[in-house]
Amino acid sequence: MRYLPLDSTDRALMLARVGVAHVDELFADIPADKRLSALIDIPRAKSEIEVERALASLATRNVAAGSVPFFLGAGAYRHHVPASVDHLIQRSEFLTSYTPYQPEIAQGTSQVLFEFQTQVAALTGMEIANASMYDGSTACGEAVLMAHRLTRRKKAVLSGGLHPQYADVVATLANMASDEVNRLPPDILASEDIAAAIDDRTSCVVVQTPDFFGNLRDLAPIKAAAQAKGALLIAVFTEAASLGLVRSPGEMGADIVVGEGQSIGNALNFGGPYVGLFATQLKYVRQMPGRLAGETIDAEGKRSFVLTLSTREQHIRREKATSNICTNSGLCALAFSIHMSLLGQTGLQRLAKVNHANAVQLADRLAGLKGVSVVNECFFNEFTIRTPRAAGELIEALAKKGIIGGLPVSRLLPEAGLDDLIVVANTEMNSDADRAAYAAILAECL
Amino acid sequence: MSQARYSKDHEYVAVEGDVGIVGISDHAQAQLGDVVFVELPAIGDKLAAGAQAAVVESVKAASEVFSPVSGEVVARNSALESEPSLINEDAAGKGWIFKIKLSNPAEIDALMDEAAYQDFLKSIA
Amino acid sequence: MLNNQGRPTRSGEASTADVATFTGNRALDMEEALIFETGRYEATGVDIEEPAPFASRLGPHARRGEIGLPGLSEPEALRHYVRLSRKNYSIDAGLYPLGSCTMKHNPRLNEKMARLAGFADIHPLQPTSTVQGALELIDDLARTLIAMTGMSAIAMSPKAGAHGELCGMMAIKAAIAARGEGATRNVVLVPESAHGTNPATAALIGFSVRSVPAGADGIVSPDAVRAALGPEVAAIMLTNPNTCGLFEREIVAIAEAVHEAGAFFYCDGANFNAIMGKTRPGDLGVDAMHINLHKTFSTPHGGGGPGAGPVVLSKALAPFAPVPYVVATDDTLGLIEHGKGSQAFGRMTAFNGQMGMFVRAMAFILSHGADGLKQASEDAVLSANYIRVCLNDLMSSPYGDRPCMHEALFDDRWLRETGLTTLDFAKAMIDEGYHPMTVYFPLVVHGAMLIEPTESESKVSLDLFIMTLRDLALSALGGERERFAAAPRLAPRRRLDETRAARQPVLKWTKPAPA
Repeated sequence: MRYLPLDSTDRALMLARVGVAHVDELFADIPADKRLSALIDIPRAKSEIEVERALASLATRNVAAGSVPFFLGAGAYRHHVPASVDHLIQRSEFLTSYTPYQPEIAQGTSQVLFEFQTQVAALTGMEIANASMYDGSTACGEAVLMAHRLTRRKKAVLSGGLHPQYADVVATLANMASDEVNRLPPDILASEDIAAAIDDRTSCVVVQTPDFFGNLRDLAPIKAAAQAKGALLIAVFTEAASLGLVRSPGEMGADIVVGEGQSIGNALNFGGPYVGLFATQLKYVRQMPGRLAGETIDAEGKRSFVLTLSTREQHIRREKATSNICTNSGLCALAFSIHMSLLGQTGLQRLAKVNHANAVQLADRLAGLKGVSVVNECFFNEFTIRTPRAAGELIEALAKKGIIGGLPVSRLLPEAGLDDLIVVANTEMNSDADRAAYAAILAECL
Repeated sequence: MSQARYSKDHEYVAVEGDVGIVGISDHAQAQLGDVVFVELPAIGDKLAAGAQAAVVESVKAASEVFSPVSGEVVARNSALESEPSLINEDAAGKGWIFKIKLSNPAEIDALMDEAAYQDFLKSIA
Repeated sequence: MLNNQGRPTRSGEASTADVATFTGNRALDMEEALIFETGRYEATGVDIEEPAPFASRLGPHARRGEIGLPGLSEPEALRHYVRLSRKNYSIDAGLYPLGSCTMKHNPRLNEKMARLAGFADIHPLQPTSTVQGALELIDDLARTLIAMTGMSAIAMSPKAGAHGELCGMMAIKAAIAARGEGATRNVVLVPESAHGTNPATAALIGFSVRSVPAGADGIVSPDAVRAALGPEVAAIMLTNPNTCGLFEREIVAIAEAVHEAGAFFYCDGANFNAIMGKTRPGDLGVDAMHINLHKTFSTPHGGGGPGAGPVVLSKALAPFAPVPYVVATDDTLGLIEHGKGSQAFGRMTAFNGQMGMFVRAMAFILSHGADGLKQASEDAVLSANYIRVCLNDLMSSPYGDRPCMHEALFDDRWLRETGLTTLDFAKAMIDEGYHPMTVYFPLVVHGAMLIEPTESESKVSLDLFIMTLRDLALSALGGERERFAAAPRLAPRRRLDETRAARQPVLKWTKPAPA
């Protein structure tokens, strides 16, 4: 067994030293009638060759995004990740190390987290950021709980532009904790009057920009409305690359910013692992969940980095913790940070421009098709089209013809009566040929 | 510290008139280690004896401070916000945490005096 | 011609005394600045062409001003991150004895499989007809974990162990609500030895936590549980094997008492590595248990994450499992993404869960098979006991000579006369080239030292570890101080001022003010 170094001689010597005749004696505390006498009913050990064969055959039954014209976003985006990123995250010392609980021998991870936090704060325009959450949706849920703690209120107002699955996560938490959630109806044109929904029992208002439908929103008036009622503004984004070109939520007055970092450094991975970004203002730090890396010095006065403010966390506060979260998304945060270091703001701005330019081109092409209209006035790299035929069927038809055309809104909002809408994304990975193919085949399918 | 009385949770209250000055004992601060943050009660908070009044945090631990007596909080030591180390340096003096107007002065009698507290510390060592 | 040019071959005067260098580097041990100090704001290591001019559709929403992110060329980036990596200890470098973390070898086949385009380059919301292989992998893994645990159903979507705990407790809360007892059953029983995530999870969803004491032998007794049970109790959360490294031998009686009282049994599965193929939680009466794929099933720890925490569920809880989940119909696999018309309690996360970790775990499971997984648990338990018996003449344990499961627990009574602490002992291990074991956990044992070797250490490795700890222990008992009090002396950093980090938090780099 290639992963088990002990052989029968080793085991015999060890058993003798421990003083038992058979290893089963070490399992004596298991009630006799609950001990398994036969092997579990799953296949026996396979060689590396056999495992590769088995898994490769499953992998080939999936249509990889890179093998077809691909226009699907809706919260996870296909971007190019430079070769050095994936190479670096596979270095033993990053891949197989643990949380930096012994900072003297974990300065690599500790410093990376400090740099990551600085990058996320800069990107979002906020004062501080944590060392990552599981993903954007759970970060959103945690942000709402944080707002409840800070305001001592229990009601969250969710914009109709919030990703439906993010809203579902918030609603699930609220339902369990007996908190209130007011989910505004789907807001395709970014025209909702969210200020009217804020009252003095509202702890927070949660607004996504660019939103689920691709619209860009001005958060400043929403912040003013929230502040007037003593509520906090939580800004959400699912496309981190947008922050290269679009106004930062911090600049617009957000109190807490959460988002999905997957676009930078991380593959699509069928939904995970991803990396949640969480940023806020310094005055709220004690209520912020998640790990935090901080700067200090060691006994010789050398600058060092260490996890800090741990008394917020579960291992110390237990039932009084800010969250139950233990793991962060370490390796994905590292990938984000490396990619962001390679990009720099210059590269990020250019990347964002290319994304936007491509999306504008595609929007113009699709708007030119008979019966198709682009719903958004402003967008970044994603927009929504209205189609004359049911969107769900169209997407299936496109798929059969080798195009992944976007998300039919009805898949995530089956009862909203929005069956003629598709959310379409376009990144730097889409070529002119892809766009031409999409337009042509969509025209055929209409 | 004159007339300080102690609870089994290592809080002290030093009474001056009808106001008690509350903090944690020197033993408690030594056990806790370097104090990094203090969550103070708000002025006006009404507390019953034994209710949680404050939290004292060190790097690796968070300790609840329970009010040894009932009453209303009339002052909080905001110096601790910028200098939590005062609790380590001078727990009985500059490291006081809050002042409480006693609603039931007889509660003091149930608390340990200095000698009794020292005996108590020996018994749990 | 004979080479008659000699050079000295003895070490001469080269010593280990402290040598100052210009760079601050010590040969291969290098100092490394922050990217904000070495990077340039105009630089970028990614070649992207400016697009041709076009009419922007950003409206008034364009970002103005600098973002504040420096860039590095590829060579600079490689150097920066390679140098940083070398300051980290890792499993690949040495035995990592962290108790309850299961720091076993991370097979590289896992990484290769997870990077197959058919797994890595697929979007969670693609038409399900285009991702049948992915759905099948998730379904296979689900069935495998169900078989291994003897449970009825599984929620695959939780993103980490604590997230899995939350999922399991939410299912329990939903089941209780469905019985009409949501208002009355609002207490959760948690042993004092439990990991902090347990009470934190319960509190997060509105339960209050009641502590259950463990006996002197570290085991929770059914009597103690019965004394704590009542109509207000929703569930008990037990770790098995527990955080002291012991199998909760009264677990069946506890489960019965809990069920009799109308409550549910949540099991923290962090220590599942001790019992694979030896017993099944479902047979012991467990209603919900999370599995840490990044512990038991070898997905890499990555410096702190990502994890994955699927939750196996009993028949009673199965109806409440959250969306999304995979369903097999005829010859295709589908994905249920909405709870309408079912009792699913809601959604834990956007998208489908940690597919990248599912592929890695599956590669591990296929590689070991039923026989290998059982062998892994046996080797893990044997190795922990081997360490235990080889150290327990020097280091005290709260449970005397009693066998442990996959982790050995020591306390600090043996250090009392020396004036040294568990922390001092741990820091001295660093100089010897070992990551310290888990220290000061579980909280119920004073100065706890929890050692979990896992099954992937060779006997040579175990023996060296044991001999090193013996040497350290004898040194401590012999009155040696500097080796401990000044440790670590040889690591990239000495002990850090954590007080300063907490009193004056500096949580990001800021540009220094001009002089």
